Amino acid sequence: MNAALRLQRVRLAIGGRTLIGPLSATVQPGECLTLMGPSGCGKSSLLAWMAGTLDPVFEAEGRVTVGDTDLGPLPPEARRVGILFQDDLLFPHLSVAGNLAFALPAAVRPASERRARIEQALADAGLAGFGERDPATLSGGQRARVALLRTLLAQPRALLLDEPFSKLDAPLRDELRRFVFEHARDSALPTVLVTHDEADAAAAGGALVRLEAT
Amino acid sequence: MAEALHALSASAAVPRARPPWALRLAPALTLAAFVLPIVAGLAGTLLPAFGWLPALGGRELGANAWRALGAAPGFATALRLSLFTGWAATVLSLALALGIVAFVHHRPWARRLGEAMAPMLAMPHSALAIGFAFLILPSGWVARALSPGLTGWELPPDVATVGHASGWPLVAALLLKEVPYLVLMTLAALNQVPARAQVTVARSLGYGPVQAWFAVVLPQVYAQIRLPVYAVLAFSLSVVDVALILGPGNPPTLAVLAVRWFGDPDTRWVFPASAAATLLLAVVAASIALWFGAERVLGRWALVLLQRGVRRRRSAWLGGAATAAGAALLAAALASMGAMALWSLAAQWRWPDALPSAWTFANWQRQAGSLWLPALTTLVVAAASTLISLALVVACLEHESRQRVARPSRSLWLLYLPLLVPQVAFLFGLQVLLVRLGADGRLSAVIWAHLVFVLPYLFLSLADPWRAFDERYTRAALALGASRWRAFWRIKLPLLLRPLLLSCAVAFAVSVGQYLPTLFAGAGRVATLTTEAVTLAGGADRRVIGTWALLQAAFPLAVYWLAAATPRWLFRRRKALA
Amino acid sequence: MQRRRFHLHAALAAAALLSTPLLQAQTLPAWEQIVAQARGQTVFWNAWAGDEKTNAFIAWVGEQVKAKYGVGVQHVRLKDTAEAVTRVVAEKAAGRDRDGGVDLIWINGPNLLNMKQQGLLLGPVTQVLPNFRYVDTTKKRSNVIDFTTPVDGLAVPWRMAQIVFVYDSARIRNPAAMPRSAPALLDWAKKNPGRLTHPSVSNFLGSTFLKQALIDLAAEAQVLQQPATDANFEAVTAPLWAWYEQLKPLLWRQGRQFPENSAAQRQLLNDGEIDITLSFNPSEAAVSVEAGLLPASVRTVGWSKGTIGNTSFVAIPYNAKNWQGALVVANFLIEPETQARAQDIRQMGNLNVLDPEKLSAAQRRAFEQLADHPALPSTAELGAPRLEPHASWMTRIAAEWQKRYTR
Repeated sequence: MNAALRLQRVRLAIGGRTLIGPLSATVQPGECLTLMGPSGCGKSSLLAWMAGTLDPVFEAEGRVTVGDTDLGPLPPEARRVGILFQDDLLFPHLSVAGNLAFALPAAVRPASERRARIEQALADAGLAGFGERDPATLSGGQRARVALLRTLLAQPRALLLDEPFSKLDAPLRDELRRFVFEHARDSALPTVLVTHDEADAAAAGGALVRLEAT
Repeated sequence: MAEALHALSASAAVPRARPPWALRLAPALTLAAFVLPIVAGLAGTLLPAFGWLPALGGRELGANAWRALGAAPGFATALRLSLFTGWAATVLSLALALGIVAFVHHRPWARRLGEAMAPMLAMPHSALAIGFAFLILPSGWVARALSPGLTGWELPPDVATVGHASGWPLVAALLLKEVPYLVLMTLAALNQVPARAQVTVARSLGYGPVQAWFAVVLPQVYAQIRLPVYAVLAFSLSVVDVALILGPGNPPTLAVLAVRWFGDPDTRWVFPASAAATLLLAVVAASIALWFGAERVLGRWALVLLQRGVRRRRSAWLGGAATAAGAALLAAALASMGAMALWSLAAQWRWPDALPSAWTFANWQRQAGSLWLPALTTLVVAAASTLISLALVVACLEHESRQRVARPSRSLWLLYLPLLVPQVAFLFGLQVLLVRLGADGRLSAVIWAHLVFVLPYLFLSLADPWRAFDERYTRAALALGASRWRAFWRIKLPLLLRPLLLSCAVAFAVSVGQYLPTLFAGAGRVATLTTEAVTLAGGADRRVIGTWALLQAAFPLAVYWLAAATPRWLFRRRKALA
Repeated sequence: MQRRRFHLHAALAAAALLSTPLLQAQTLPAWEQIVAQARGQTVFWNAWAGDEKTNAFIAWVGEQVKAKYGVGVQHVRLKDTAEAVTRVVAEKAAGRDRDGGVDLIWINGPNLLNMKQQGLLLGPVTQVLPNFRYVDTTKKRSNVIDFTTPVDGLAVPWRMAQIVFVYDSARIRNPAAMPRSAPALLDWAKKNPGRLTHPSVSNFLGSTFLKQALIDLAAEAQVLQQPATDANFEAVTAPLWAWYEQLKPLLWRQGRQFPENSAAQRQLLNDGEIDITLSFNPSEAAVSVEAGLLPASVRTVGWSKGTIGNTSFVAIPYNAKNWQGALVVANFLIEPETQARAQDIRQMGNLNVLDPEKLSAAQRRAFEQLADHPALPSTAELGAPRLEPHASWMTRIAAEWQKRYTR
């Protein structure tokens, strides 16, 4: 069973100037917390801090926990927190199935079971048979869907979304939004969305925190 | 700005003018400038290998030279030694370089590291080798520092380090320069790929930072470092100066054997020497082919492994170990040059003193008189070959970008030929050609000989940044009314100034370090710092060697500093460029 | 009538016998003409440049010859004399029979033999040089016979060398303990393993070490003056190999590595890695001490039965462009003042090639005034020079050594 994501008195600063905080929030499994604010207000940095990849030039205080686990002392690879960026960042040297297999935990065995899981995931996303395709030959929307599948296949405990829809044009955005939030809800993942688009927040349907410009 | 450029690319309304004739000629001219000497030189070495050299009585083609080569004492050992040291140096330097890059690439000081390693490449490898030899000898600096206090040695122990039969000091000395070179090439290749973001994604999927880099970034950038790796392989298999200083002597490596026989007073040895040089060429070609095959096999196997999803988080320590080894190499290189600096100021430095017992400036004073002319010659030759290469390379690259050719034409592979062909395999033939043209002994011949080796390095360093240049800047300038020349000179060049200056620094260092080409093309009349230093090394006076070695390193280091400092100063108010 | 014809025939025969060298000598103009033609030329003197002192001496010669004769000298620095030989060979291969790039070469031994045999030398030249009358051609036989090959005037002697052994008296305190023969050297090595070595046999000095041991050990030294044959080589060199087999494991680095040349070996002595080194120059130890390359405690000795001595020459290639200038330089080299300066240990410290009896009292004084030094050997310690064996012995010994020990 998945646990809730909790932020406790999180504060982000650079050069002594506070960017965000102090911020406290709790995100239940399946719910989505939206952080809205203009560019440069530090929201992506907050996600980076939660994922464990914050640039050392920032100063950060506070705690982030998933259930009982404090993520603070853990390195990024041990946190099991999935992150989705604006760019799909599919690995060009692997096929679509290869990208997904890379994310699938090694515990899933034998190879036939792995293949089955990947096929299932692709079929669910409407990309049946796309396994052997080169990621570069997919459309933007298809790539974004594969990116989400990849993140989910790694069985994360929480999901972070760093403006993942902003590079797509309007009709695709709607479709992808529905896709992402549906899957997040189905997997019962506490999700944090960072965006500057009101429509994204509306689709997320969860708590909304507005961050001030600095 | 980005939006404006975005709009421009959609229009593409700029007329496609035919590039000026100068640009169109450039690729052909470039290739002619150095393919000719190499081909002529190879022919001049290949023919005697099969018995044909009328001037010395060889008028029948046959396999006698090969039989003599096979029967020469120690031939098999020499061949084995060359293969072992060449492959070991290449494999180790690649492993260390990749480990170091995997470990440091996301750290903020990674960019600085690239800049710091570049000057290490400026140190001429023969001077470095002599310094390194002094470091590791049983009577050398490390032993002197520790004796008799920590080791209790009254006399140096009779243990083989330099000249050890396995060739490990040779491998170590090759690593000193090859690791920084490969690190630099890899870091440059990283700019083409969103490495940090991709590694972050892989880490979020549960992979450790080093494993993530190897799994996700390396497959994408390997294609760009493939040629530098081949160049390292070719160099390690065929190096002469370093093998002379640090390698075993009885028998030496195959390359040293060939050079020794070429210089034998009994001129009948030219035939087996040519055979040895030809064999070396074949060994290099076969090694590259083998490496290429291994790439495909390993690549396929690696992809299969990736898809199993095994996370090895503890692999981070491998990266740390590689970086520690790299730091040790850096320390050794600095200590080697430091030792040479101390020797240049020493009047007397005997075992077991850790430092010279008597100091003096007399070494520098004595050498000053004979220094200025070789120094000036070195400067002139290096500057000329660098500038000519730069003009040719920029013309070729600009031609390519105007044609909007996405990938380089296959004939440019020939550009890398000088890096892949052992020098010893074609220099004798080249000398005969130059004598026939009446051109030997002239400064222009030396500049041409240097050009052959400088141009590929300059191209290799400049090509990627040049091709990565966003042409929309040029199109924006043209749309604003500038002529093609103005757009090039005022927009493109300044934006590419930093990689341009850095590649010039690389080219300069390559020219300064050339020994055999200066010797052969200059017919001994043209003295550069390196030829003088190697000649004086024969006298085994470390004080003299130290003085010349420092000077040899000083020039390229000064140029590197200039190349790094100039953009920083010129663009001190333009943060994006500095 | 018959007697007059006999005289005529004899005269004609004698003329025929003498005419060949005379005819060639007539192709060289008179000395005054040569000097006049030499003015303004620049001589490219190809010489090994590994020794600072020699380089400085060559520079000094250039200054002097410029001042006195208006001839410039450009020292072409070589790493190995063979480089210059190869250059002349390459020029001949390319058909350049005039205006060659090499004017003067410091040369001897196999290189000289090679050039002589291939007809690459100008000459004979010694008969036109006025200073040649001072050269000792009787007692210092190596001035006219180089490795048993007559020089035939094709090269001009300018410095002499003799094998000596240099040791550190701080390590070998008793001079009597210093070995002065091959068997004694073996005994010493048994008591002091790892403290002795010789240069690589592909180096001139290394192979000379073996030759020196052979001369010392051979039953009959005279046979070495004749070319080596397949028949006698094994028998004559047997004692050498028997001795060397015992010596090799006792050498520095267990005989698996050897220093490249004499300078590298001198460095080993200075570094304290070995106790004995050898040199071709009896004054080298003294010169090195003055230059700070060896400690002041080094001493020089020869062997009781004498050591090999030879002469270094300068030769002019057949196609040299500035051959007149080269002849002027060669003549200057054998001038008594020049030879005295060359022998001064503060300059080069070389033995001279002149015969003191052919010099005037004033000229002789220049030699007597030369400085003395504790590292210089006395005449008794040096011993008489012995002639070099035929060159074929050296090539065969080197080849045999390679066959046995290079694997």
